[in-house]
Amino acid sequence: MSVLEVLTYPDVRLKKRSEEVSQFDDDLRQFVADLQETMDGGPPSVGIAAPQVNRFQRIVIVDVSGMLAQAKQRKRRIKSSNNGRLCLVNPKITRAEGQVSGREGCLSVPDYTGNVLRASRITLFAQNTEGEAREYECSGFEARAVQHELDHLDGLLFLDRLVSSNELFRRQVYKLT
Amino acid sequence: MNPVSSVSSQWYMLTVIGNDQPGIVARLTAALFQAGVNLGETSMIRLGGNFTIMMMVQSNNGMDKLQSAIADTAESLSLRVHIDPIEAHLHSHLMPDVEITVYGADRAGIVAEVTGALFDAGLNILDLNSDVAGTEAKPVYIMIIEGHATRGMEPLEQALSKLKNRGIEVTFTPIDTLMG
Repeated sequence: MSVLEVLTYPDVRLKKRSEEVSQFDDDLRQFVADLQETMDGGPPSVGIAAPQVNRFQRIVIVDVSGMLAQAKQRKRRIKSSNNGRLCLVNPKITRAEGQVSGREGCLSVPDYTGNVLRASRITLFAQNTEGEAREYECSGFEARAVQHELDHLDGLLFLDRLVSSNELFRRQVYKLT
Repeated sequence: MNPVSSVSSQWYMLTVIGNDQPGIVARLTAALFQAGVNLGETSMIRLGGNFTIMMMVQSNNGMDKLQSAIADTAESLSLRVHIDPIEAHLHSHLMPDVEITVYGADRAGIVAEVTGALFDAGLNILDLNSDVAGTEAKPVYIMIIEGHATRGMEPLEQALSKLKNRGIEVTFTPIDTLMG
């Protein structure tokens, strides 16, 4: 196993679209183990996508359980489903509803965070590292994490989706009236 | 941006205000660029028909040269300029962990009341912008604050619930930053 180098913007490779995985072999499983080790060895994060470590295949890992446990310790409740560790190969969002704002940062964009609108509930189709099809329901923080990581597969960063606090406030007030 | 690497380079806070008109930002930043000045973090906003700029700038030619680099542009656009040498660093952001939005019928003292209560409850304000909306007859004050809760969320929530009883609408949202 090895910790891989995480690309950081302005590295243009982060803007590349990743390809579907077609070979579900030992090489894929070894890569996923390395990706996991890279995520665990870096700053605390809830996910990582293959293109962040210079592999342009549609593979992401999402795991919000650590963050949710930490919040609970601080008596904070974060709205989120918790599917545990998700290793998603060729993931697709098949249904999305609701829209909610939240603050995001990224291992590939150091020293900046910003507000992004994301669907609040999603249904997700993906394969596992054996190529078996899986379906997941995600909501809240976990749904946000999945959408953030899936964006990487299309060469999108959260910087591509920033909205200002003022704009969010206007929406909020508009909704109330 | 053109990185300034000289050891003698100094950061300044450049403050610029003037009647709003198209071209202020483009012309001012062009003049700074031509003078070899490096830009850092900035805040630029129109306030009551004035355009205001607070801009971190880095130069290794001293304050007088910085002043003269933008003098012509400032004069032609009737801008007032103020420059302070500052201790400053990039890449030293403090990330906010709470957002508070406030609105209510505008009245004297609303900002002092809200921010005083938040200060007592341990809030370090990182970003605040406010506006007066509504009409002249019925002005509405709107304020958006991002900050760091140095003593946790509980004292802030308590402070804000007291404000709600005084006719001020307050929304308190902890910021759980997703790192992905």
